[in-house]
Amino acid sequence: MAFKLKSRSVLPGFGLTLGLTLTYLSLVVLIPLAALFLKTATIPWDRLWLMISEPRVVASYKLTFGASLVAAAVSALLGFIIAWTLVRYRFPGRRIIDAIIDMPFALPTAVSGIALTALLSKNGWIGRYLEPLGIKAAFSPLGITIALVFIGLPFVVRTLQPALEELDGEAEEAAASLGASRFTTFVRVIFPSILPALLTGFALAFARAIGEYGSVVFIAGNMPMKTEITSLLIVTKLEQFDIAAASALAVVMLLASFAVLLAINVLQWRIAKRYRGVM
Amino acid sequence: MSATLTDKRRAVRDPHWLRGLMIGGTLLAAGLLLLLPLAVIFIEAFRDGWRGYLESFNDPYAWQAIRLTIIAAAVAVPLNLVFGLVASWAIAKFDFFGKSFLISLIDLPFAVSPVISGLVYVLMFGLQGWLGPWLSANNLQIIFAAPGIILATVFVTFPFVARELIPLMQEQGSEEEQAALSLGASGWQTFWRVTLPNVKWALLYGVILCNARAMGEFGAVAVVSGHIRGKTNTLPLHIELLYNEYNSRAAFAMASLLALLGVATLAVKTIIEWRLRQVQLASLEPSTVEPS
Amino acid sequence: MFSPTTTYRTLLVAVALATALATGCQQSTTVANSSSENESGAKPGREVRLLNVSYDPTREFYQEFNESFAEYWKSRTGDIVSVEQSHGGSGKQALSVIAGLEADVVTLGVEPDIDAIVEQGGLIAPGWQKRLLYNSSPYTSTIVFLVRKGNPKGIKDWNDLVKEGVSIVTPNPKTSGGAKWNYLAAWGFVLQQELGDLKKLTDPAAKAEVEAAQAKAQDFIKQLYSRVEVLDSGARASTNTFLQNGIGDVLLAWENEAFLALDEAKKNGTEAPELIVPSVSILAEPPVAVVDKNAEKHGTTEVAKAYLEHLYSPQGQQLAAKHFFRPALENAISAEQRKNFADVKLFTIREAFGDWKSAIATHFSEGGVFDKIYQPGN
Repeated sequence: MAFKLKSRSVLPGFGLTLGLTLTYLSLVVLIPLAALFLKTATIPWDRLWLMISEPRVVASYKLTFGASLVAAAVSALLGFIIAWTLVRYRFPGRRIIDAIIDMPFALPTAVSGIALTALLSKNGWIGRYLEPLGIKAAFSPLGITIALVFIGLPFVVRTLQPALEELDGEAEEAAASLGASRFTTFVRVIFPSILPALLTGFALAFARAIGEYGSVVFIAGNMPMKTEITSLLIVTKLEQFDIAAASALAVVMLLASFAVLLAINVLQWRIAKRYRGVM
Repeated sequence: MSATLTDKRRAVRDPHWLRGLMIGGTLLAAGLLLLLPLAVIFIEAFRDGWRGYLESFNDPYAWQAIRLTIIAAAVAVPLNLVFGLVASWAIAKFDFFGKSFLISLIDLPFAVSPVISGLVYVLMFGLQGWLGPWLSANNLQIIFAAPGIILATVFVTFPFVARELIPLMQEQGSEEEQAALSLGASGWQTFWRVTLPNVKWALLYGVILCNARAMGEFGAVAVVSGHIRGKTNTLPLHIELLYNEYNSRAAFAMASLLALLGVATLAVKTIIEWRLRQVQLASLEPSTVEPS
Repeated sequence: MFSPTTTYRTLLVAVALATALATGCQQSTTVANSSSENESGAKPGREVRLLNVSYDPTREFYQEFNESFAEYWKSRTGDIVSVEQSHGGSGKQALSVIAGLEADVVTLGVEPDIDAIVEQGGLIAPGWQKRLLYNSSPYTSTIVFLVRKGNPKGIKDWNDLVKEGVSIVTPNPKTSGGAKWNYLAAWGFVLQQELGDLKKLTDPAAKAEVEAAQAKAQDFIKQLYSRVEVLDSGARASTNTFLQNGIGDVLLAWENEAFLALDEAKKNGTEAPELIVPSVSILAEPPVAVVDKNAEKHGTTEVAKAYLEHLYSPQGQQLAAKHFFRPALENAISAEQRKNFADVKLFTIREAFGDWKSAIATHFSEGGVFDKIYQPGN
């Protein structure tokens, strides 16, 4: 209640810190991004529309967003299983797994791409067992999705872990003592309280996947209309000296990423507000 | 142990089969998705044994790449550390219009394709860009030199410290700071004595993440680097170069360095998280006074 | 509003920021210094730096060539030259030079990439092809096939590439210089096959015949690219896809890249692919040029020129041959060495396509033939 309006806060430094934040944000992020928008603004509208709506580009959006969405969903599921297991159970190797969750984050994306391709291609450790089953893992949308799950998984696990840790057993115990089955307890008590964190993790993984480049290009196959992601298309345009088209595609991607992020943050802000209201 | 307690336990605990399934799923997912790629790196790096591994480091270009990587991180991390503290103070301690919007802008470098992050610097500092002609006339190089690489690194690692701090500081509220102020402390003292100790572990975690990203960044740096061997190649770029020269042993040996960096930071992180939990436990006790 | 403490705080933060920025600026001064060193580099006994921005498959060649040139230059002038190298896809490298990568010389994969530097950056004077022998291409190459051991799919010539069940690896011709040659070689093969003599292309009497041949070529290219499994952005990436990841039955590659791949396989003891030389292929002429503006700025014009001229020297030509490039000068290598390069009928880009500009405009521009291949309903 005390800090509903900023003018009521007794804490000092609002002007200073917000000013510095905005200055630094402008210098590092906004001005460079403005360059991108200005470059795009020099393109006549009709040409711009053609650039960002040609079939090959649209196919790349579908792939990028489709694979990201599937990957984020898989990350959410796997991430939930992993986070639940790490928080709730004690078993040998728990600490090691907890420690390597952040690995995809610490590795250079190119290295992840090379390593994953080495695993999944026809003569790789995993690929050789998939090949006889008729599953083509590397150089297919499946490979792209696997790479994106690899990239997105840490975000889901790391947002879920604190939420699961915060769950105290009391509500569960109460539900159980009222005769609820374990399943009902999960669906009615546990799931609703971790849903915000799960959604945030999902959205973070999704946002990260849309922009991912390094790990995907190695495993994608890069076939136009089939396995070409938008980031790669931007690079292709650049290498053809078509900076305008590259900027146009970059603006589309940027706006999409921003929309996803804004959605997450509004969601979180709402949840925080509700949480505070209860307090 | 009383019967009711056992019953309760049973109700709250998952059945054995589920437990096994979940642990199995975790081991499988973590093993296939996380451990195997890591194993590939080390197995390839040690293909010719220790000797071959060490030989991979007998390369002046590799050391120059490591040096540049460290320089870029050494600039990017402190800058974003200061920014993270400043921004989270403004955002977490005050409520104002457009906050979600501002946070989303801070998050943007996280979601933006690294290719785009590189592209914007080419548009700004490239010879055909805004400042390019002026820079060239004054014999200043930004892109295709260390400053461009540093800038790209700062951009990419921009959100990490702030994003670690903001949720924690929001959760902690500002009662303690208000108390300190009402006891006559200055704002600056309050920040140093109250706020900073409360967030120091999250801060350190943010710095670790920020550093890992700074040293591992590939896409954005690739666009602005120019790939001059021994001059503008960072470690990840040098890894790609080695891989492209059919020298995959050395490539994976270099990659193992970054993986080891990851492992080391993860060890530190585990300690940090343990401390964080202690801090949280302590702050849950209303009677506990924070030792300053 | 601004109490003394606020000012103090602002000051502190400002100092912190300034320190951080200064660290960044220091970097830029170091760089500026190093480039200004080059200006006085021409004086005897001084250290001279050259930056050679090159394309993918020349890594190994220039590494050795740079040592040879440094020796030569030292004996001639007493200066110590250290040549810095940058490699990548030809198009990307040209773009970097245009955007300000201060190359003294460029040694790229295709003529249009250097033309782009002329047109977009004005860094190289027009007419650069005329400045050195053989259209400024000191070495040439051609396009060959690499197939799996024992050639299980029986691939002998271009026609075999579009047989049922053949899977092909080649890079994207829009971004890769090598891939442009691959594409144009395939196209030229069909023209050659249909017309018998490429001279008919300019013969007005054969117009109908030529049109039919062009249509056939387009159809062939479409079939060929429908069999491509991975379309990497550069030649080296494609070689890696084919060799390391075991994708595809056949790799369309630079001749020198194919030889190098055989060498690597021998060194690593992995299963060696086989090299197949088609009946006819294209004469690929990777061009070189001094980047005039940058060399002037660095004061390295003289040494940059000498560097490129050294490519035509006996040592330069020998080294090129050693790294599987075909030396441009007929008598640069012995007949024995000449035998390493298959005696294949080669056509030039001028014979089959007129010139690079029209080849680019027809095939690789936005909405060109290559784009149409991938458009649905085409």
